[in-house]
Amino acid sequence: MIDDVLVIGAGIVGAACARTFAAAGLQVTVVERGAAAGGTSAAGEGNLLLSDKQPGAELVLAQYSATLWPDTVADLTAELPGTFPSVEFEQKGGLVVATTEPGAQPLLDFAARQSDSGVDARPISTAEALVLEPDLNPAITAAVHYPEDSQVQPTIAAEALLASARVRGVRVITNTRVTGPILSASGDLVGVQTSKGDLHAGHVVIAAGPWSGEVAAALGVNLPVKPRRGMVLVTTRMPHRVFHKVYDADYVGATLSSDAALQTSSVVESTASGTVLIGSSRQQVGFDNRFDVHVLAEIAAKALRLFPFLAGMSVMRAYGGFRPFMPDHMPLIGADPRLPGLWHATGHEGAGIGLALGTADIITALMTGDQPPIDPTPYSPARDSLAPFLDSDDAARLSDASAATADDTADQAAVSGGAA
Amino acid sequence: MTDVVIIGAGPAGLAAATSARALGAHVVLLDSADQLGGQYWRHLPTQRPSKHEAGLHHGWAKFQKLCADLVADPDCRILTQAQVWAITAAESSAGTGPASTGSATTGSACTGSAGTDPATTGASARNSAGSAASTTSAVPTVHVLVGEPDGVGRERLSFSPDAIVLANGAHDRALPFPGWDLPGVFTAGAAQALAKSERIAVGDRVLVAGAGPFLLPVAASLAQVGATVLGVLEANHMQRIISGWGKKPWQLIGAASKGAELAGYARNHIANRIPYLTGRGVVAAHGTERVTHVTTAKLDTGWAPIAGTEKTVAVDAVCIGHGFTPRLELAIAAGCALTAERFVRVDAHQRTTVPGVYAAGELTAIGGVDAALVEGTIAGHAAAGGHLSDPAMKSQVAKRITFSGFARRIEKAHGIRAMWPGWLTDDTIICRCEEVNYGAMCQTAQATESTGLRSLKLSTRAGLGLCQGRVCGRTVEELLACQTPGGLSDGVMTDRRPIAAPVRIADLAAAALPASPGRNSPQTASPSKPSRPTT
Repeated sequence: MIDDVLVIGAGIVGAACARTFAAAGLQVTVVERGAAAGGTSAAGEGNLLLSDKQPGAELVLAQYSATLWPDTVADLTAELPGTFPSVEFEQKGGLVVATTEPGAQPLLDFAARQSDSGVDARPISTAEALVLEPDLNPAITAAVHYPEDSQVQPTIAAEALLASARVRGVRVITNTRVTGPILSASGDLVGVQTSKGDLHAGHVVIAAGPWSGEVAAALGVNLPVKPRRGMVLVTTRMPHRVFHKVYDADYVGATLSSDAALQTSSVVESTASGTVLIGSSRQQVGFDNRFDVHVLAEIAAKALRLFPFLAGMSVMRAYGGFRPFMPDHMPLIGADPRLPGLWHATGHEGAGIGLALGTADIITALMTGDQPPIDPTPYSPARDSLAPFLDSDDAARLSDASAATADDTADQAAVSGGAA
Repeated sequence: MTDVVIIGAGPAGLAAATSARALGAHVVLLDSADQLGGQYWRHLPTQRPSKHEAGLHHGWAKFQKLCADLVADPDCRILTQAQVWAITAAESSAGTGPASTGSATTGSACTGSAGTDPATTGASARNSAGSAASTTSAVPTVHVLVGEPDGVGRERLSFSPDAIVLANGAHDRALPFPGWDLPGVFTAGAAQALAKSERIAVGDRVLVAGAGPFLLPVAASLAQVGATVLGVLEANHMQRIISGWGKKPWQLIGAASKGAELAGYARNHIANRIPYLTGRGVVAAHGTERVTHVTTAKLDTGWAPIAGTEKTVAVDAVCIGHGFTPRLELAIAAGCALTAERFVRVDAHQRTTVPGVYAAGELTAIGGVDAALVEGTIAGHAAAGGHLSDPAMKSQVAKRITFSGFARRIEKAHGIRAMWPGWLTDDTIICRCEEVNYGAMCQTAQATESTGLRSLKLSTRAGLGLCQGRVCGRTVEELLACQTPGGLSDGVMTDRRPIAAPVRIADLAAAALPASPGRNSPQTASPSKPSRPTT
């Protein structure tokens, strides 16, 4: 059997891509080395955020994705059996606060620039912030309300997208590891070798999150995706006292930073089940999943600056995961010019839940020759900002390839897409 | 001089402390309870001593001797109400901040009665030198909160010793059945704990049911505190029990009854006329405010209930026990490998796969008190730098050989059989914390077609509540595996709990504060004794 597309990775990005490929009429197989929704998609808070994005291409992708979530959730509810658990989509809004005097003006400036880019960012007074969040520490120095920020239960959302993909005929193979490429006589990628045999396909999409670098290496391509570890604390259930996604403005600094050392910034929000999630940390320690008490302590201490009442609450669980970090802070979406047949849908760092739907639409359009909903070039594997992070041979090949127009890629894709 | 931290002060931990001290190691003995003795030697508070304590316990004299020697020993620091909430591998915390740069960070009170200023605590000088050397080893750090479990401002300590002995035991397991969440339904262990520590019977008319020899001492304890025990129902058939116990069944007496003499139980049963029925179990409990009666049924050899054999019994309490689950979270956090049966893997020295970490007692197998005492003795000796060839270990090594295999024999005779879900109904609660019932759990698993426990836990919410799957975890895993063709495949275990006990956020946050002078000085197993145990 030869599929049109083979998607490597059954997290939320792979599931979203498989679903839209199938909707476009392609025959699709998803191959996953473990169980579905078991990696990064099961280790986050389910953020669908605009508030932490600075104006630019990532914000555009986030804004586009945000428009897709409400209808997608409605479609999933209609498509899946009534016994399927809720994806807990909630447009709860975000509240970003500064907790220091020097931090106030940068937050307001940042919000103003976002506002110019079409984000609903509303500077509010402390009194207004306390209306939104009565238990917030009143000693804040600035506050911005982002009504568009939303949340889903990320694991269930990934499972729901995958279940919807299956309804559309997608085959899902779990517990199968990709071990190598299958190349045509002309050197194009036409499938992969796996721990359970060969899988043939016209296109291969790597959507393996932080493990995308390993998968790419197995296929013979260098990819500078690195794991960036994060930890989240989960409290015991409590009466609902945190109503928005509330975070300290230094979270933005942490998401935009490349620093490998530990960074923590406070993010506090409630879940539908009554627990409160307290994040977050960013640390580049490879795939080391050992537990670090100091990280947890720092997260806890910073959360108390936002919500002093949390001091009396208890943490019952902590979980860690790995974000797919890109050195130039831009998701990687599109065809890899170094190896015809290979595509990437990865590198979303901590925003993959929110960006999954937009990513799926872009890559589907590129593959089938349709007009992408937003300009795909900033996310292209051939972009200039990525070149310094690839080895020199790769960089040269990438820049040669980028001389070819995007239309070539799309035409090529359209041929095989049309043959489906 | 070797610093040894021992976690758990039941039989294995007390034995380990004793033998580690015999080799001259400095010992810190930690237990989350108010008293020494663990579940096994649970007893009345010191303020209310009983002359009859010996009658309720096997080996009471042994326990008193172990305790008295350790309490009197200035180089054994005993901390009760000491909850180990995390164990972290050494390298992961290195160099990430002031609170984790050294071998140990302690609240200033850690120096205890010797004074809070490290410059004035002569005893800590040795520790400073000793612990500096230990930073290069891979022995994990033990993070402890000391104080009332629900108290504010528990004292935060951490230890980076030369060796750790894990002896934190097991908790009893109860399989769910319709109505098991009614008041009046107890785990066998909880019922026995109330009898031993408070002299309270959980009811007047009590049925004890489940599997395993532990049901016998539970029934005996209940009878001793005044309950009428209507019977003990053992789910397994006599034929399997006999075949499992095998040759020399008297060898298992100590192990099987968790130490009590079988003859004593037999006498008790006869005196109290407690019937012992095999191949039968409680399949439902009924009542509105609390349990008023239960349905029992014959079970086939796979534990499937046999239709038409149901009987109704009026009770005001029922005690359920289906064996024990080792408390693996600390061992897993430390990085210890597990066996296929999911116990901590140890060698003849009780060494785990992590250098400097030893395990003893029910973490390694449910083998009973005698095995726990031997394993603890060997573990303490090895942790303190001793060898099995030392003369003091000769008899212990021989006993360990005798006891090896006991757990397997008990499991063969009394272990849980696969068809027990036959007594569940769709509305039977499986996870009590999150109120997830059997029907909803199965439906979600079928709808998502997920093969991963991580995802299934999050989509069903089973095992995500306050107890973090301690009560329902193994049951959730088994039931979800039944819904998944080929079983669960992501290797995730409900036993993994990096936060081993709930921690108040204020206590957790305190660890991030700038280090105070006392906190920053390396202190490990200080020989001072700030906290006297109550025995």
